[in-house]
Amino acid sequence: MAILVYIRNVAGTIKKQSLELSSYAHAMAEATNQEVIGIVIGEIDDSALSELGNYGMSQILKADNPNFNMRVNRVYTRIIEQAVLKTNAQYILFPDNNQGKAIAPRLSVRLQAGFVPQVLGLPSSYEPFHIEKRAFTGKALANIEVNTERIILSPILNSYGLNENKTELKIENFEPEIDEPESRLTILDKKVNTERINLLDADIVVSGGRGLKSAENFKLLEELATTLDGALACSRPVADDGWRPADEHVGQTGKIISPNIYFAVGISGAIQHVAGVSGSKCLVAINADPEAPIFDVADYGIVGDALKIVPELNEAFKQHLSDNQ
Amino acid sequence: MRLLVCISSVPDTTSKIKFTDDSSRFDDSGIQWVINPWDELALTRAIELKEDNTNPVTEVVVITIGTFQTEPTLRKCLAIGADKAVRIDIEPLDAYQTASQLAAYIKNEEFGFIICGIESGDYNEASVGGMLAELLDFVSVSSVSSVRFNKDQPIFQRDVANGKEELSVNGTAVLIVQKGFASVPKIPNMRGIMTARSKPLELIKASSSKSLIKFVNYHSPKEKEAVQMLESSDELVEKLSKEAKLI
Ligand SMILES: Cc1cc2nc3c(=O)[nH]c(=O)nc-3n(C[C@H](O)[C@H](O)[C@H](O)COP(=O)(O)OP(=O)(O)OC[C@H]3O[C@@H](n4cnc5c(N)ncnc54)[C@H](O)[C@@H]3O)c2cc1C
Ligand SMILES: Nc1ncnc2c1ncn2[C@@H]1O[C@H](COP(=O)(O)O)[C@@H](O)[C@H]1O
Repeated sequence: MAILVYIRNVAGTIKKQSLELSSYAHAMAEATNQEVIGIVIGEIDDSALSELGNYGMSQILKADNPNFNMRVNRVYTRIIEQAVLKTNAQYILFPDNNQGKAIAPRLSVRLQAGFVPQVLGLPSSYEPFHIEKRAFTGKALANIEVNTERIILSPILNSYGLNENKTELKIENFEPEIDEPESRLTILDKKVNTERINLLDADIVVSGGRGLKSAENFKLLEELATTLDGALACSRPVADDGWRPADEHVGQTGKIISPNIYFAVGISGAIQHVAGVSGSKCLVAINADPEAPIFDVADYGIVGDALKIVPELNEAFKQHLSDNQ
Repeated sequence: MRLLVCISSVPDTTSKIKFTDDSSRFDDSGIQWVINPWDELALTRAIELKEDNTNPVTEVVVITIGTFQTEPTLRKCLAIGADKAVRIDIEPLDAYQTASQLAAYIKNEEFGFIICGIESGDYNEASVGGMLAELLDFVSVSSVSSVRFNKDQPIFQRDVANGKEELSVNGTAVLIVQKGFASVPKIPNMRGIMTARSKPLELIKASSSKSLIKFVNYHSPKEKEAVQMLESSDELVEKLSKEAKLI
């Protein structure tokens, strides 16, 4: 038996989240005496995958038929299903992001395998299988039992971290047989913006609220995000007022993210906002009001005028990064 | 063309979340139930599409799987502008069971497309839409940020890594939506509330169905350590690098 890890292929590259997922799978593999196998779909060079060997993965099935470059959830589900059967995987792991959310539930139906999303931590037992997941938008944890023969999990990004384990990695071509008689999905147009770091993938997110006062002042946050190689986000009123694009808004009605560091600048910390960022490893709040509720959920806080503090912080990080090169 | 919006009834985000004494169940006493925020945006957009007469949308139906407790939520959907509501009378055990009940209903109906939210704010399974699509062998389109019509053909826009795609689907699609789908949720006006009373709310008996996972019990997340208030940017950089080891 094996643990199968879905490796997200982002235009021929992999993201740190796949290394994290492999680290997580490795810990499960040690406990259950299994092997960690990856499945990757679409064109990608072996060299782009080799890093996974440092995180406990010993084999990769590569389904690199160029027809698979376009993501069709139904087809991806069938490719992964065949990889599950081929490797006789007992556990199948997906990243807890939009792609995982799109494919894992379909696979769960195909395999009649219990699917647990938003997982925190390793299973507390394997027989019977018990694991914890986030519930009620982070206000509770639920202990889940799964008794199906195969089990699908998606751990929350950045919640486990990276763990190096050098393993000999074999990469093998995989040619699944897919019956998709007529293509039912037609891509009409694609707009790519490769400059921007995807908010859902970012390790560091710099986010601004109404306390920034104007759209122009977001330049200060952009500069900080650039220094830290991070992505920009905002609160809902900021997106509603058009200061920032709608797809940057995080929270209950926006995106749900779990970066390593979340900077909440001029954000009051309304519960609907916090619901989208409470999974962050470290939350830094900068706010003029020492009573702002954001400080109740922050790890580090600075009270003061964001327009003054953010440029200082940017300089301090630049200094730090150049000192530590 | 008829549209179906799947509605999950969830505790208002500001609710205090408590559990029964043995922590095995969510304690819903005193809970204010609302339309799951993403479903509310989906419904808003579906009604907008119908109200624009250049589109072929003729009817907006909402459906929920739940006990009588979910009826006020369905009434609110009707007051906002849905034409018809359907409730399948069973307390859902997990997303698979919910999706199976939805699939059993949809099999005998015809819809242009079906909309689900990305996740519901209670058990946060982010699963129902995808499971439903697989049960019916429909196309699922996730991260959908907008829908428009080109004559009678719906055109969907979805977010992909670092960009957006426009696409069309041949056959019924299940859309999984999040932010951007509609910006401000529609709220019921007086006329809507009055007419909602005379709109159909169909009650259907649940077919038997199984669940795949079991919610055993709950507990509160670890108390967070108190925030450390810092005086300067330099101090923050120092903390993030030496203490949190994240930079
Ligand atoms: C159903 C529902 C869903 C919602 N969903 C979301 C959601 O998904 N995401 C979301 O963000 N909101 C959401 N909201 C809105 C939410 O309730 C808050 O209104 C919103 O988050 C407030 O945004 P803000 O913090 O930017 O603005 P404000 O609440 O106006 O806060 C501004 C903050 O900036 C501080 N400030 C002012 N000047 C300065 C300065 N010079 N320097 C530093 N700090 C300064 C102030 O002290 C204040 O704390 C939702 C609301 C509802 C009812
Ligand atoms: N009980 C339910 N009845 C109808 N639709 C539901 C129900 N639960 C969830 N959904 C739909 O599925 C989406 C995702 O919910 P979930 O998979 O439970 O996180 C929601 O946004 C709804 O559109």
